[in-house]
Formats: sequence, structure tokens, C-alpha cells
Amino acid sequence: MTTRPASIHGASIHELVTAARAVAAPAPRPARRTSLASTRGQIALALALGLGTAPASPALGAEPAKLLNVSYDPTRELYADVNAAFARSWKARTGQDVTINQSHGGSGKQARSVIDGLEADVVTLALAYDIDAIAEKAKLLPADWQRRLPHNSSPYTSTIVFVVRKGNPKKVRDWDDLVRPGVSVITPNPKTSGGARWNYLAAWGYALRRPGGSEATARNFVAKLFKNVPVLDTGARGSTTTFSERGLGDVLIAWENEAFLLSREVGKERFEIVLPSVSILAEPPVAVVDVNADKKKTRALATAYLEFLYTEAGQEIAAKHFYRPRSAAVAAKFASQFPKLSLFSIDEFFGGWQKAQKTHFGDGGTFDQIYQVK
Amino acid sequence: MGLTLGYLAFIVILPLSALVLKAAAMGPAAFAAAATSPRVMASYSLSLKTAVLAALVNGVFGFVVAWVLVRYPFPGKKVVDALVDLPLALPTAVAGIVLTTLYAPGGWAGKALLALGVHVAFAPAGIVVALVFVGIPFVVRSVQPVLENLEADVEEAAASLGADRLQIFLRVVLPSLLPAWLTGLALAFARGLGEYGSVVFIAGNLPMKTEIAPLLIMTKLDQYDYEGATAIAVVLLAVAVTFLLFINGLQRLSSRRGAAV
Repeated sequence: MTTRPASIHGASIHELVTAARAVAAPAPRPARRTSLASTRGQIALALALGLGTAPASPALGAEPAKLLNVSYDPTRELYADVNAAFARSWKARTGQDVTINQSHGGSGKQARSVIDGLEADVVTLALAYDIDAIAEKAKLLPADWQRRLPHNSSPYTSTIVFVVRKGNPKKVRDWDDLVRPGVSVITPNPKTSGGARWNYLAAWGYALRRPGGSEATARNFVAKLFKNVPVLDTGARGSTTTFSERGLGDVLIAWENEAFLLSREVGKERFEIVLPSVSILAEPPVAVVDVNADKKKTRALATAYLEFLYTEAGQEIAAKHFYRPRSAAVAAKFASQFPKLSLFSIDEFFGGWQKAQKTHFGDGGTFDQIYQVK
Repeated sequence: MGLTLGYLAFIVILPLSALVLKAAAMGPAAFAAAATSPRVMASYSLSLKTAVLAALVNGVFGFVVAWVLVRYPFPGKKVVDALVDLPLALPTAVAGIVLTTLYAPGGWAGKALLALGVHVAFAPAGIVVALVFVGIPFVVRSVQPVLENLEADVEEAAASLGADRLQIFLRVVLPSLLPAWLTGLALAFARGLGEYGSVVFIAGNLPMKTEIAPLLIMTKLDQYDYEGATAIAVVLLAVAVTFLLFINGLQRLSSRRGAAV
């Protein structure tokens, strides 16, 4: 009787399977997949658009231009509209056709792709820290990038609100209700999600601002809150799905725009938005990536693109997609949509992103401490 | 031979060396700190336990599946046989989402289990479920061909010499299947150790509780901590390699014994 070496279809397949599956698996597979897929999507899109527009504009002499906007997760709908409007306005002004390609994903992952060489002309991310990282690690734009455009380079703002199930069965009114025993809270992991960091700091700031609030009471408050969190998704969209599709949790802490989208998309009959008494002023910033734009000779176009976000038209599109506009006129127009909230800024309470990141989300920061003190 | 080596060097050894080199550049103190913080240790322990458990579950049921597929004719056998490979073809994220939907407290399997007080989704049990799913083909496809080549007359001979069924199974069938079965187990384990896509959806990802080591690698990368990520990856790689070598050794041992019988 013989014993053969075990094999699926031969020993070499074995080795390959072992190698490919087991050993290479710790490599960042999903990130690759996202960026590959989006790049492929962009190419397909560029081809489709390129074929469609090329015969239309040869007379004007201007070469059709292309921009790549690398953005974060919940802005898909926003930039689809912005890009179409900007392309029209640019064409009217200069006669040049412009195609803007989009890439979306978690803010940190997107920043990493740009650092690793994704040739973004502009980045529109969830928080300044991620653009800081691009400036610091890859030196693709100057460190003082945030002073180059008005309002901390954030053409629109957002805030953090609660979504509860219809009828608000757990009677959630404010931050204090999130630490009550028996209330289950859904929020993503602040280590991986930009939105989750805003959530975390909003809760921290609320506790700090209460009468008698201190760093110690804030830490306790946030620790108690996270005891009520059964799942930490890696991104904001993941948490939204957990809450809406899996039916987990009594409260979802979310971007205001994401909360609106959820209550509109899934229907008002299932969810309600609850506005806490205070929240954080979230400023998702935008920037031209100098080195890439210069290399691709798109700096003027890229700058105009970002400036478009500050125009009346751009502000109106942002407001339509539930981002709070900076322009007073547009804000007045959408006043009924955005109830007044008491908002604090990250500079006010946390000394800016660099410091907040280090204190709270770095290795051994307050978030790690919450989970390691057992 | 040269082609094989060249191919393997390019596809496997090159990226792995890059990984090890990056880790080597860290210096031992930084490496130790990154690779052994409490949260990282908790994730190793979780990843190891769930991967071992899933491999054992697959070891038992994969064996049964292979046995039935080889030994018993039944209608639709070809379809069932093809089904076994599906977990390899399905994008792991899809597997994760489907399993989560099924086992979440609101899903139909999850609801029934919850009534019994069992949490599957967003608990370590959910991780095992996902790993069992992605690991099953490895055991079945390792055992199946060997079982097919195991001729019935050997068993008949044993029976004619007075062995009962249990004796035949334990002394004749099992020894010749053992190396293949161990290979299947090892592959399922190694796959489970590195599996990311399906697990992150069902695990719940709570630090110290349901956070697997590959997720921690992704987390570190998102924090621009390339070195920390590399350190964890190297540890996982070392565990997987050690385990595969160990199984290889066991196999050699058992095939030598098998040959002696």
C-alpha cells in the first residue's frame, strides 16, 4: 500500500494555494481592491466620457482636461453633482472640457493611497489630519495648506447627530442617554474611521463642557459610552448598515449628512434624527495636491475646482446634500433644514487635529485605554 | 525546475522578503513593542484560537464530506462536489456579509440561536463560522483524491483476515489518509489565520474581544503606522510558516509509519 503526498490537483498548486491564501493574506487586501476597483472605474469612466466628448470640442483648440478628486466615503452623491456643475461652468468660462474622476473610500485609506502614489489633483477628505499626513509623509503639499482657502479650507461643515428607531422607543434625547445601561449605541472604530473620530470627540467635548466637567469625567463618560457599543465597524457606512440593515443598536451616532441620507433613503417610517444639545463642528477640508497638480499641469484648474465649492452654486449643491453651507445667503435659504445647534470646534477644545489624534487615537491614547483597562 | 524556482521566487519570496526586510529595519526594541502590545497580543490569541477551532471543525466535517462524496453514490453528487469549491471562488467580503445577515440578532439563524442564548454574529463564534466557511474546501480537496485512490480490495483483504469495521478504519484507512488530512487541516488553519475579508463583517471588531490580528494590521496602516503593521504581519507569517513546517514534519513521520504498516 502506498501513501501519496496529499494534493488538491498536484503539489505545486498546494504550495501556491498555501502561499497565496495563507501567507499573503495579511497584506492589505481590501485596500488594494478598493483602489484598484476605483482606478479601473475611473479608467472606464474616463474612456466613456472621453469618447463621448472628444468629437464635440475640437474647434476650440483647448485639450480636454482631467482632474482626479480623492474623497472620503459619504461624499459620493455630493461630488457627482458638484463635478457636473463645475464642468459646465468651466466650459462656459474657458471653452475647455473637463472630466473629473472620483475615488471614494475611508478617509485614512484614501490619504494613504495618495501618499503611496495615487495621483490626486485634489483631495477632499473627512478631517484635516489626513491631509496633514499627506503633507508630512509625502511632502506633496505645504504644511500650511489649511490656510490657503477660506474657513480652514472647509467649504462646508457638518456635525454629529443621533439616528434612532421610529418613535424613539428608548427615549434618547441627548448624550447622557447614550451611557444609560440598556441603550445600545452604534459607532465605527475611531482608529479606522474619520467620522468615528468626530463622534468620539463630540462625546468627549460634551462631557467636558458640562458643569464640573474635566478630562477625568470626560474619559469616564466616553468609556461608559463605549461599554454600550456592541460592534465597531471600520467605516461610517459600515455602521449605518449595521444599524439600518442588521437592526442592531438603539442609537446610531453619525454624520448629519449621513443621518439625513438614511432617513430619506430608507424612509422616514423607520428612523428619526435626534439632535443633541451640543455637538462638534466637523470641518471636512479640501486641498490641491501641489506636486501632483504641477506635474499634470492642472493647478489652475484644480484651484478653480475647489474655489467653485465656495461659490453660490457650489454652496447650494452642498446644502442640498445636507452639508452645512458657509455662505450666509445659502444658509438662510436652507435654514429650516439645518436646525441651530450649539457647536464647539476641535481647535477650541482639543487644540487642533494633530494634538487630538495623539492624545485620543494614537497608540496608548484614550481610546486604547478604554479597552485595555479591564 | 529553474522555472519553478524562478516563479516562486518572484511571486512568493520577493514580497515576503520585502516584508521581513521592512520589519528588520525597525530595530528589535521597536519591533518587540509593536508586536507585543496588549491589544496585539489579544488579537493573536483570538486569531489563533478561532483558526485552530475552525480547522478542527473542518477537519471533522470536511473528512465526512470527502468520505461521503467518494464512497456513496447519490443523485446530484456532481453538484455537491462543485459546491465544495464555492467558498474559494466567492469574494470573501460577500461571504462575510451573507453570514452576518444570517447570524445577526435580526437574521433568521441569529434569531433562533439568540433564543437559545447563543451569540454568533459580533462574537468570537461568528469568527469561527466565517473561518469554517472559507476553510472547508482545503480539507475536502486534500482528503478526497487520496480516498479515491484507496482501493476497496485493501479493506476487503483486511476484512477477510478477520478485522472488524472499526479496526479496518483505524488501522487501514486512517493511516493512509492521515497525511492528506493533516495537510488539509494545516491549509485551513493557515487560511483562517490570515483571513480578513469575511471576518471583519461578522466579528464586531471590539478591541481585546473580537478584534483579529489581520484587522489590527489594517488599523495600523490607517494610522500611517507602517512599521507596526509590518511587525504584526511578520509574527503572523512566522506562526503560519512554523505551523506548516510542523505539519510537514508530522506528515513525513506518519507516511514513514504508514509505509512500515
